[in-house]
Amino acid sequence: MLGRHACGLYWMFRQLERAENTARLVEAGFRMALTRSVSAEGEWESIITTAGCRQAFLEVHDSFETAPVIDFMMRSADNPASVLTLFENARRNARQVRTSLTRDVWEAVNEGWMTLRELLRRPVKIAELPAIMTAIRQQSALVRGQLYGTMLQDDIFAYARLGTFVERADNTARLLDVKYYVLLPATSYVGSELDNVQWETVLRSVSADRSYTWLHGGDNDPSEIADFLILDRHMPRSLYYCCCEIVDNLASLEREYHMRKPCHDMAEEGQARLNRLSIDDIFAAGLHEFITDFLSRNNALGRQIETDYRFYE
Amino acid sequence: MHDEAGAPREPYEEYTRWLSDYTPAELARKSREAETFFRRTGITFNVYGARDADERLIPFDIVPRVISAREWARLERGIEQRVRAINAFLHDIYHKQEIIKAGRLPLNLIANNDAFLAKMIGVSPPGGVYTHIVGTDLVRTGPNDFYVLEDNARTPSGVSYMIENRETMLRMFPELFSRVPVQSVGDYPVNLRRALARSAPPASRGARPVIAVLTPGIHNSAYFEHAFLADQMGAALVEGHDLRVVDGRIAMRTTQGFTPIDVLYRRVDDDYLDPLNFRADSVLGVPGIMDVYRAGGITIANAPGTGVADDKAIYSYMPEIIEFYTGKPPILKNVPTWRCAEADALKYVLEHLDELVVKEVHGSGGYGMLVGPAASKKEIAAFRKKLEAKPANYIAQPTLALSTVPVLTKSGLSPRHVDLRPFVLVSPDRINITPGGLTRVAMKKGSLVVNSSQGGGTKDTWILED
Repeated sequence: MLGRHACGLYWMFRQLERAENTARLVEAGFRMALTRSVSAEGEWESIITTAGCRQAFLEVHDSFETAPVIDFMMRSADNPASVLTLFENARRNARQVRTSLTRDVWEAVNEGWMTLRELLRRPVKIAELPAIMTAIRQQSALVRGQLYGTMLQDDIFAYARLGTFVERADNTARLLDVKYYVLLPATSYVGSELDNVQWETVLRSVSADRSYTWLHGGDNDPSEIADFLILDRHMPRSLYYCCCEIVDNLASLEREYHMRKPCHDMAEEGQARLNRLSIDDIFAAGLHEFITDFLSRNNALGRQIETDYRFYE
Repeated sequence: MHDEAGAPREPYEEYTRWLSDYTPAELARKSREAETFFRRTGITFNVYGARDADERLIPFDIVPRVISAREWARLERGIEQRVRAINAFLHDIYHKQEIIKAGRLPLNLIANNDAFLAKMIGVSPPGGVYTHIVGTDLVRTGPNDFYVLEDNARTPSGVSYMIENRETMLRMFPELFSRVPVQSVGDYPVNLRRALARSAPPASRGARPVIAVLTPGIHNSAYFEHAFLADQMGAALVEGHDLRVVDGRIAMRTTQGFTPIDVLYRRVDDDYLDPLNFRADSVLGVPGIMDVYRAGGITIANAPGTGVADDKAIYSYMPEIIEFYTGKPPILKNVPTWRCAEADALKYVLEHLDELVVKEVHGSGGYGMLVGPAASKKEIAAFRKKLEAKPANYIAQPTLALSTVPVLTKSGLSPRHVDLRPFVLVSPDRINITPGGLTRVAMKKGSLVVNSSQGGGTKDTWILED
């Protein structure tokens, strides 16, 4: 398989993952804005920060009001990380690697892009937002479904999954990075209504509000939420889960190619580190420091994968 | 489609009976369905300099063009004869040049031809094949009269439309194919793969030669086709920067290192193929590929330098070329052609500009041509100046009374002019012509220009079973 194609697949799935996560962030923020208009601006600011586009946003806007934020995150051409731009780039990558995809996967991406382009042609009306969110969820699910249902589970598949999980680990970690202070046990108004809303927003941002409730019986506890997002073995967006998926997919490349690369050691080391840690260790050493360190390791791992599999000349 | 009395011609009979079951509204709906299908599949072409949003669809007409088995058999013989002659001609031109020594072709036609590559002199391509893929453009002027318009011997495109148009028809009108026995075009990719594999170079190792399709990239107007063919053949779809010379072979950068390629089906023009040997500013090619090629390290399909055979000035000599190499008169007719480089011819052309079609010798895509009968006095006057300034740059042909076939328009079925491009595959041991081809349609009433870059459309082409 061509290095350029591995690169295109990897980034295609990173972009799709990020588009989906950005949409989820907007949805969580919107809900917050609807229910608690007082703190809406602050909430939108942290969401823009989580999405990694604070700088770009401030270049065109002065304040974090609901309508401009939603527009910027969903469809703005000024925002290289808007849902529409990401989908457009994912589709461009899909065209680039067209021969590595089944017709079904390609058509799912192409249709997703056509649907979103139509839905996001004009500024988003608040009343249309739920329908747009549903469409994004459905289109992303379609791509994922076709990937699982029609693609050979070979190296092509591994690169697609690596892209997904490197991006997902990054996105979950960035959410924690922006929100870590509401999860600190030291915050004394534990159980206040404000905290409850904040925690719920965090959980909603990773579509995990229901599964958290399922596991923890509805008692919101900041350290349990942090544990859930960082170390849970079953939660598909936890840092640990993403690390395991990365290790597994790299292992399948190792089997396929009979080649062990530096990225294998890096990934396994990262996984082992999380394995050793408890959430109390993490709090003791500093949640913020832990997250910062995780983000930089995850970035380095991503770059190592690109080098080891000759993505670029 | 209809004879002079207005009754459907025989190959169309069953089809016409079937068509009468549909109301105009149903046909219009089917037509929209086809468009959705093309969009979703991504069968689009880029417009240069435009954004992704400006990917266009080539208009697809749902009324197929039908050709009988008997008509096809004659076309097949004629095309095969022509393609054999072209390959013999190319070999001769790059070796002993006997046709020139015999006085059948003027030397200056070769010596002053930009498409003639000196780097190919004395080079014999693997298996002796120059043109692995040819798309012969034909037009029909009467029940048994086909003319060859052009021999596309460089990198003919459009074959993906031949296949996808059929796919679309099968999907939309499955019942029709059980009523009318149509020959399949689906084997083209397998036959292409075979033709390329059979032409593997001496350096090729292993039972399955490694084949790659070289594309200029996603912004090329034919990118869909490049990806489609690579996908259908199970070949790698490479760009110039994926390739480099490694140990005397052309190798592609894979996730596990560099892997040598045996056969490169390139969709990049000669000029851009090798910045070391041709245009130095090209980023689409591979530095040094010509040297590897000359040493037998890779097969390039089509071979560099084949353009000298489909040049419009050479075209006018095709009847002589065919006779010289096959010893028989051509089965398919050439359109009579005036070479404006010749004084007598130029005089005639200048006197009859309003009746003739005048084309640039090296032009393509329907650009830079004058269609006399359709042009205004002003256009003719402007063209006259260009022609007088550089006569050798032009050839002229009579406007043929092209046959028409029906297309579906807003006001029902209406006749439009068409041409036909069958696709020919040449391997060292055989010539294979897919029973079908690309029918291009001039979508404007009365227009003779069928090129997609100028709004032309396509339709499915049916060759009936015997």
